[in-house]
Amino acid sequence: MPHLNEAQARELVQKILKLSKSEVCEVFVGGGTSGNIRYARNTVSTAGITEDLSLAVTARNGKRSGTATGNQFDDATLERVVRRAEELAQLAPEDPEAMPPLGAQQYRPNPAAWSDATAARTPEARARDAEASIKAAKSREAAAAGYLEENQGWAARGNSAGNFGYHRSTGLNFSATIRTTDGTGSGYVQKDVTDVMRFDAAAASAIAAEKAVASREAKAIEPGKYTVILEPLAAVDLVQPLLFSLNARNADEGRSPLSKAGGGTRLGEKLVDASVTITSDPWNAEIPDNPWSGDGRPQQQMTWIEEGVVKNLFYSRYWAEKQGKPATPPPPNLIMAGGSASLEQLIRETARGVLVTRFWYIRFVDPQTLLFTGLARRHVLHRGRQDQARGEELPLQRVADHHAEQRGRAREAGADPGLARPADAGAGFHLYLPFRRRLGSSSISKARPSGRATSRTPKVGNGREARPGGRA
Amino acid sequence: MERRNFLQLSGLAAGALMVPGWDRHARPWSGSLTPIPVADKKALADAALNAAKSRGASYADVRIGRYLNQFINGRETKIQGVTNTESFGAGVRVIADGTWGFAATQDVTPDGMARAAAQAVAIAKANARLQTEPVKLAAEPGHGQVAWKTPIRKNAFEISVAEKADLLKAVGDAALQSGASFISFGLFLVNEQKYFASTDGSYIDQDIHRTWPNFTVTVTDPTSGKFDTRDGGSAPVGMGWEYLDGLAADKVTTPAGVIVYGRTYDMVEDARLAPGQVKEKQKAKSVEAGKWDVVLDPSHLWLTIHESVGHPLELDRVLGYEANYAGTSFATLDKWRSKAFKYGSPLVNFVADKKQVGSLGAVGFDDEGVATREWDLVKDGVLVNYQAIRDQVGILGEGRSHGCCYADSWSSVQFQRMPNVSLRPGTRPLTPAQLIGQVEKGIFIIGNGSYSIDQQRYNFQFGGQLFYEIRNGKIVGMLRDVAYQSNTQEFWNAVVGICDQRDYRLGGSFFDGKGQPSQSSAVSHGSATTRVAGVNVINTARRIG
Repeated sequence: MPHLNEAQARELVQKILKLSKSEVCEVFVGGGTSGNIRYARNTVSTAGITEDLSLAVTARNGKRSGTATGNQFDDATLERVVRRAEELAQLAPEDPEAMPPLGAQQYRPNPAAWSDATAARTPEARARDAEASIKAAKSREAAAAGYLEENQGWAARGNSAGNFGYHRSTGLNFSATIRTTDGTGSGYVQKDVTDVMRFDAAAASAIAAEKAVASREAKAIEPGKYTVILEPLAAVDLVQPLLFSLNARNADEGRSPLSKAGGGTRLGEKLVDASVTITSDPWNAEIPDNPWSGDGRPQQQMTWIEEGVVKNLFYSRYWAEKQGKPATPPPPNLIMAGGSASLEQLIRETARGVLVTRFWYIRFVDPQTLLFTGLARRHVLHRGRQDQARGEELPLQRVADHHAEQRGRAREAGADPGLARPADAGAGFHLYLPFRRRLGSSSISKARPSGRATSRTPKVGNGREARPGGRA
Repeated sequence: MERRNFLQLSGLAAGALMVPGWDRHARPWSGSLTPIPVADKKALADAALNAAKSRGASYADVRIGRYLNQFINGRETKIQGVTNTESFGAGVRVIADGTWGFAATQDVTPDGMARAAAQAVAIAKANARLQTEPVKLAAEPGHGQVAWKTPIRKNAFEISVAEKADLLKAVGDAALQSGASFISFGLFLVNEQKYFASTDGSYIDQDIHRTWPNFTVTVTDPTSGKFDTRDGGSAPVGMGWEYLDGLAADKVTTPAGVIVYGRTYDMVEDARLAPGQVKEKQKAKSVEAGKWDVVLDPSHLWLTIHESVGHPLELDRVLGYEANYAGTSFATLDKWRSKAFKYGSPLVNFVADKKQVGSLGAVGFDDEGVATREWDLVKDGVLVNYQAIRDQVGILGEGRSHGCCYADSWSSVQFQRMPNVSLRPGTRPLTPAQLIGQVEKGIFIIGNGSYSIDQQRYNFQFGGQLFYEIRNGKIVGMLRDVAYQSNTQEFWNAVVGICDQRDYRLGGSFFDGKGQPSQSSAVSHGSATTRVAGVNVINTARRIG
C-alpha cells in the first residue's frame, strides 16, 4: 500500500488533473494503515489491520459540479473516477451558491502531527499494551474491556487553479472500561496521542481501575440542585455541540441559539461566564489536525469565545461573500482554557456536589436553547473536603430522576453563566476537543448523508462540511 | 493474476473507454453496477483461504466487497451536492490458535489477498497468548455457490441524476410554497455488492440495496428569534427507487389528520404538508408534565424498540464485550434463564428477523455465511432469547447461529449486529382510531425525535416530531415540549393496546453504531400503533429553579 511522500503525492495529483476535461477539477487523495486490538472480560476479542486508499475528484463546469470517489490508484480507476465526476457535473443542476476554485493557498506545515514511533508500531506491541491493561484490572480484581487503535496516513489535495497541499499524521487512540467483578464499580479512561512514546497503557488503565474500585457500592442521591464539577471527558460532551452553533449562516437565518430576536446574531454578546475562553488551533501539539478545512481553506488559530463573549462565527465561502465577511472556516478542534485551580482544589472547595467523570448519550432536545438530555455514565459524589470524599456511583435506578436536573444545568450552558465550573479542571489545564475524532467515534441515527467525519477518513473536497450526527 | 488484468476482466476499467455523451438521463456508474464475475471473486477468495490455511488457520473467511453510495443533497430548491462513492477491497478473518485475526486490503489481487491472509494469521498468533476464552464456532453447513439479491423493482442507481434532482427540487418547492422558511433535503442510496467465502465451503454472492430520502423543514419567527422543525416522514428502507412511488394505498391518515406512509413514500406531499404542521406546533400548548397514556405511531415507536429492546438483547453486550463502547445490558443471563422475566405485558411479542422484505436488515446470508431466519426474543411478555452469532450462540445452548453477523465495509471485521427487531401487531382487530377512542387522557406521538438511554439500556427519554393531546377518546389539539421518561421493563409492561396487522409499518435507521472501530449498520423495526399507560411525561421547556 503506497505511503506517498509530498513529491509523490504532488505527482499523483498532477496526473489526475491532467486527465480532467472539465473547467475546474479538484482532487483529494490519501492513504493509511490502521491497526487495532480489542479486549473484554480480560481477554482479547478481535484485532486487525486495514490498509486503504482514498481518491475523490470534483469536476466543475460553471455552477454545476459532481464528485466521485474510489480507492484504487491504477490508471484505469483514476480515469474512471475523473470521468464519473465529470459526468455527474454535467448532469447536476446549477447551484447558485457555487464558488470559484481556490487559487494557490499557503498551508502551514504541521510536523507535530507525525510520529515515527507510532508509525512503527506492530501487532505485538499492541498485544503488550492490551496485556498491561488487563493486568492493571486483574491487580484490582476487576475486568477490563478496552480498545487500542493506531493510525498512520497521508493526504493531499490540489486543483486546476494551482492549489496544492500535503499532510501526514499518526495517532493512537486508547480507551478502557474497567469494572469490578461484583458489578458495582466501573471506571473509564481515554487517551489520544500523536506520539506513542507519550502513552503508557498500564498507567492509563490504573486510572480506570482506581475509579472502578472507588465507585463500588454506590449510593443513590436525591434529585435537586448540586454544584457540579465536570472532568474533561464530561465537559467535552457539553462544549462540543457549541461548535455547530458557531455557524454564521444558521445564526443569520434565525435558526440557531446565536440568532437574536428581531434579527441579527448574538456575536459580541456575553453568553457564558467570564472564565470561559474557547479557541481552536490545528498546530496545537496535543491535538494537531489538517492544515486545511473541508473545502480547502487554510486553517487558522481562532478565538471563538473570549471571557464568555462570542467573538467569531464561521462562514461558508458563499455566505461570507454574500454578507461581506471574512470567510473563516469552521474549527478543526476546540480548546477550552483552564483556570488556576486544580481538580483537587475544586473538590476541596465544594461543600456538597457531584463530580461527573463522563456523560453518556448526550443528545439535543432543543437546538434553540442548546438544551441537551443524557445521563452521567459515572457519577462520583463528594461531600465536604477531599480527604473525606467518598466515591459513589449513582445506581441506574436513580439516574432517570437525576436526569431532569442535568437537563436544567445543560440548558443553562447556553443561556446564562450557570454551568458550574465547566473546565477548571487543573492549573494551566486545557480542555482539548479533537471533535472530528469524537464525531467519528460517538455512538445512532439521524446523520445527514453528507458524510461522517472521522480522523481516518478525510472529508470529500466538495466544500461541504460534515454535519453532526449521532447514531442510534 | 495481476491486479490490472483483474480489474479489466471484472469490468471495473470500463469507464476508461467511455466517451461521455452527456445524456441528461445517463447513469454515471461506468461499469460498477455490473457484477464482478463470480469466478474471478472465487479465485481471489480461494487465494486468501489457501494462504490462511497454509499458515495455520483452523478457520478462515473472506469478504470481497464493492460498496457504492450516492448522495444528492441540497436546500430550498437548490441541488448542492451530487456524489457517487465507490470502495472496493477485501477483508480476511481467521482463527489461529483459538484466536481471531483480521486484515483488510484494497489490493484485491491474488498476492494482495494472500498477504492479507498472512497478516490476519500473524495477528491472531500474536494475540493468542492473551486468549483465555478460545473461539468456538457453532457449526454452519457449507452452502456451496449461492446468490441472493434484495428484491427491488427499480434499481435506484439506474435512475438518472436528472430525475432525482427534479424530485428534490419539487420537494423544496412544495415546502417553500407551503410556508417553510427553509428546507434541507437529500437522497442516500446504498448498494453493497458482497462476496463471502469460507473454509466451510460457502461461496455466497449478494447484491443489497437500501434507499433513504430525507428532509427537514424549518419555520422561523424573526420577531421572537425562535424556530421549529419537522423531519420528513420517510423511513430508510431495504428497497429500490420504487419506495418513492408514493402510492395512495400506502398512505395512512392518522386520527390526528397527519398522513403517514407505509410501503411507499410521497416525498413531495410530505414536504407540502410539513410547514403547516410546524406552524401549528409553534402555536401549540406546552404540555403539562405528569402521567399520561402515550399512543405511539410506528414512525415514533421504532426508535424506542431499537434502544430498549434491540440493544439490550444483543448477547455480546450482555456478556460484556461492548462494555467499553456501546455499553452493557440490564437483561442479564440470569433473567433469561429464569424463563419468567417479564420484559413486557402479555400483549408484548418481539421478534428478531433477517428476512423481512423491504427491511434494512434483510439478507439471504449474514457476513459469516449463515442462512438467515427469524426468531422470538420476547414471547407473551417473557424474555426468551437474545441475538447471537457463531462464536457466542453456544452460550445459549443453541447449535446454530441466529445469522446476524455484519460488517459495514470490506475493511471492517464482522461481528454481532442487531437484526430487524419488531413488535408483533395485536391479534385482535383494532385500528388507531379505536385505540385512541379508549384513552381518557393521552398524547399521540408521531415521528422520532430526541432520545437518550443509559449504557445498560434501562432508563430512557424519548421525544418526537408531532404531539397531539387526547381527551376522552378524542384528539383535541397539538402539544409541544413533550418527552417521556421511563425504564425498559416498566414501559413495556405498561403496554395496554396494540393495533392489528393492518396498521403495521416499518421505521429504521442507517446508523446503528457499535463496535471499536465503530461501525454503522442499517436496521428496521416494525410495529403497529401502541398504547402505553401512565407514562411519565416531562415538559422540556420548563426551567428548574
